Amino acid sequence: MLNRYPAWKNALIFLVVLLGLLYSVPNLYPDDEAIQISSDAAPLIEVDLERATTALEAAQLDFFGAELSDDSLLLRLNSVEDQLRAKTALEDAFGSEYIIALNLAPTTPSWMQSIGAGKMNLGLDLQGGVHFLMEVDMDAAIRRRMEDNLSNVRSILREERIRSRGLSLESNTHLIVRFASSDDRSAARSALVTNFPELQIQNSEEGDFFVLDMRMLPDAVLQIQRDTLQANRTTLVNRVDALGVSEPTVQQQGANRIVVELPGVQDPAQAIRILQRIATLEFHLEAELGASSLSYESFDYQGLPVNVNNDVILQGDRVSNVRSSLDQNGLPQVEISLDAQGGSQMNRVTRDNVGKLMDILLIETKSRTNTVIDESGNEVDEVEFFEEKRLISHARINSALGRQFVITGLTTREANDLSLLISSGSLAAPMTIVEQSVIGPSMGQENLDQGIRGVQVAATLVILFMLFYYRVFGLAANIALVMNILLIFAVMSSIIPATLTLPGIVGIVLTVGMAVDANVLIFTRIREELAEGSSPQRAIDAGYDRAFTTILDANLTTFLVAMVLFSIGSGPVKGFAITLMIGIITSMFTAIVGTRALINLIYGGRKVDTLSIGSIPPRIEATASDA
Amino acid sequence: MLNKQFDFMGIRKIAAMSSLLLVLISLVSLATRGLDFGLDFTSGTSVRLNFSESVAISEVNTTLADAGYGDAVVVSFGSDRDIRVILPVDATVAEADQAGQAVRVGETIRDLLAADGTSQITLEGSDYVSAKVGTELAEQGGLGMLVALGIIMVYIAVRFQFKFSVGAVVALAHDLVITLGIFSVFGMEFNLNTLAAMLAIIGYSLNDTIVVSDRIRENFRRLRSGTPTDMVNVSLNQTLGRTIITSLTTLLVLVSILFVGGESTQGFAIALIIGVVVGTYSSIYIASNVILMMNVTREDLMIPIKEGSELDDIP
Repeated sequence: MLNRYPAWKNALIFLVVLLGLLYSVPNLYPDDEAIQISSDAAPLIEVDLERATTALEAAQLDFFGAELSDDSLLLRLNSVEDQLRAKTALEDAFGSEYIIALNLAPTTPSWMQSIGAGKMNLGLDLQGGVHFLMEVDMDAAIRRRMEDNLSNVRSILREERIRSRGLSLESNTHLIVRFASSDDRSAARSALVTNFPELQIQNSEEGDFFVLDMRMLPDAVLQIQRDTLQANRTTLVNRVDALGVSEPTVQQQGANRIVVELPGVQDPAQAIRILQRIATLEFHLEAELGASSLSYESFDYQGLPVNVNNDVILQGDRVSNVRSSLDQNGLPQVEISLDAQGGSQMNRVTRDNVGKLMDILLIETKSRTNTVIDESGNEVDEVEFFEEKRLISHARINSALGRQFVITGLTTREANDLSLLISSGSLAAPMTIVEQSVIGPSMGQENLDQGIRGVQVAATLVILFMLFYYRVFGLAANIALVMNILLIFAVMSSIIPATLTLPGIVGIVLTVGMAVDANVLIFTRIREELAEGSSPQRAIDAGYDRAFTTILDANLTTFLVAMVLFSIGSGPVKGFAITLMIGIITSMFTAIVGTRALINLIYGGRKVDTLSIGSIPPRIEATASDA
Repeated sequence: MLNKQFDFMGIRKIAAMSSLLLVLISLVSLATRGLDFGLDFTSGTSVRLNFSESVAISEVNTTLADAGYGDAVVVSFGSDRDIRVILPVDATVAEADQAGQAVRVGETIRDLLAADGTSQITLEGSDYVSAKVGTELAEQGGLGMLVALGIIMVYIAVRFQFKFSVGAVVALAHDLVITLGIFSVFGMEFNLNTLAAMLAIIGYSLNDTIVVSDRIRENFRRLRSGTPTDMVNVSLNQTLGRTIITSLTTLLVLVSILFVGGESTQGFAIALIIGVVVGTYSSIYIASNVILMMNVTREDLMIPIKEGSELDDIP
């Protein structure tokens, strides 16, 4: 029958609407201010909750809804002021081994959380915070590797007693070795070729010299870039954790950049100081039994105390490569490569100490905030920097070690962690902040308020206009419009966990304006059909039918543009593009299928004499006389 | 609403001339004055400050100049109690320290201005963009527009016909040049938000052009008599109601953003308002005009003939 949807179709639409409602509702629940306590060293237990309770009671702070999970303890507080005071109190009570982070805890009912209905992430521009774009100096990383290669070539030639007439670095990826005779060169070539799988070796001549050209393979360059970026990211993640920020973002962007977003951070200067510090690594021997307590330092390793001798075998800058892999038996291991000098230092120390234990320390710069009384008697917060040393490996020396050695006896996860930690202390290349923006909390709130008001005002105006101009059909379009906004929110909250930014809100507002276009197209078609004398039922059907290809073409092309925006754009442009894309898809559904279902319910399947669709235009047709 | 049939194409020569004139003015302005690129595309530091009392920009300028920030640009930001101070990159500071320097400058300026004690000043936020990132963004933006135009041209050529795709792309280029021209002539700031607006204009104007082209195609296929000019005229009249109403709802929305959306989105709203007005005009006059100039014929738009059909001999 004309203009009747089968029951399954109505049910489907109803289901989508219901899901849209369900998944957008969590955005109405305001979050609780909370504090999250976690620690790298040990899981949190009941005792920690008691310690926190005591500390907060001492500070006369009320809290509620404490949640203890495997790796963290969450406490909810009544206000932002309480939250900040609680952070200070807990930092004093727990010390620097614990990370005390400001957080927001959801208040949505647990059944909603269990079906994955959550809140939309707000961008920094809507909640305040600091955004950094950091660029890793890849040239420095590649040059350092090539310098290692150069000194390794030199030491191999020395070992093989082949005389060269000079080595030089021609560029970051190209080094040359000169020889007096062709025989020397072939001898050198056969000695070198197996040692440098990442270099391509070629013969050439330069005046009277016979030259070996060694160039880094493009794949090797890419690998170094990937490793360096990964190492830098690990370093940043560690340091961001130390800042105690809730939900920080540390993401790779392109081949050489890392985005760091720290919601809620108000002191960018401190964040910069912490982020730009580079961690270092030290290799030590374990202290002898009965050694003077002045000659070692004690560390905790997997719950046991370990005494580490103060003498440094070598430092992280001698490490040229680290990776976790599997040995021939399929057991996890960490492979470490040192440069030539590092290799000989390592060899000198380890050949006399086979059977003893070697320790690796990771040294990171961290900060803590102390409350001190200044000259005028006021309490002020002072940031103090300190070095934190962590024992990350404790392994027995099985034989004299050289330039390359492995650490075994680890689980896969331990091997991965260890290789990341070693690289964060050794391979990380210098980083520069190339873009930075600081958004104050009041600014963020203002942006959010104004954005929401923008959506409200725009939607109200459009709704009034449509109702006035298209009457009952306008009402259907308006219901679809509201549904469309709900669906966009639902998709962004749950299906694609996208971040809502101010340009994103503008994108939603613009979708509101453009989503009614589909309905305008349909309704003008229906009016035309009526003007041409079609019956109301036939006019509705033909109107939807004929407008469809136009709507599809128009939306598809706009979607293509949004995709281009998304792929080339950064920051605000991306935020805008994503809501535009989601909006196009949801509006196609609500404006075509949604309104049709409503119109069918209102007019379908019965005898209708007139449609409430506003004034019907006169017929427009080409006539021969116009020619 | 529409009792009269407009002879749109009757004044198509005049429309073409005035468009050409506007495009020329825009191009000349873009070539000589250029665009007033914001921080996003150049480089430097921008600091947003909120004053508890209203503040005179000239006083801020004097204070900053006295303190050695002679090259600072001070603009009001939304209200007479909010200002934005824009500083070029300090070349005497090493690149690695630029970002830290940018933060310190923000604090210094706040303290400097707060020193006379008339107003409580809050540092609302700051931005720093290095020269490298700025240049990259500008290049990406330009590339993005070209890619978008290219993709659209191919899509329309496939879905409609080559002549329509030329028409659409000429119309889009027309809209972009004139909108950019207006930004250039009036010295309005061009930043990342405005760039996003430019791409949104492509989307919007395209929407309009497609709707009109769709009708033209339909009428060419449906109506037996009439010249191409008639076809275009009829199509424009048939879609005029929709064109006006959609432009109106979009403008309603944009005006809402302009007035209640806050300072951060104003540039975006202004750019799009200009774009929507120009885009509406261009979908009527530019795209159709180009199609007519290229001598569109009924044969161009016939549904592709399936094999074995008796109409095989139609070109």
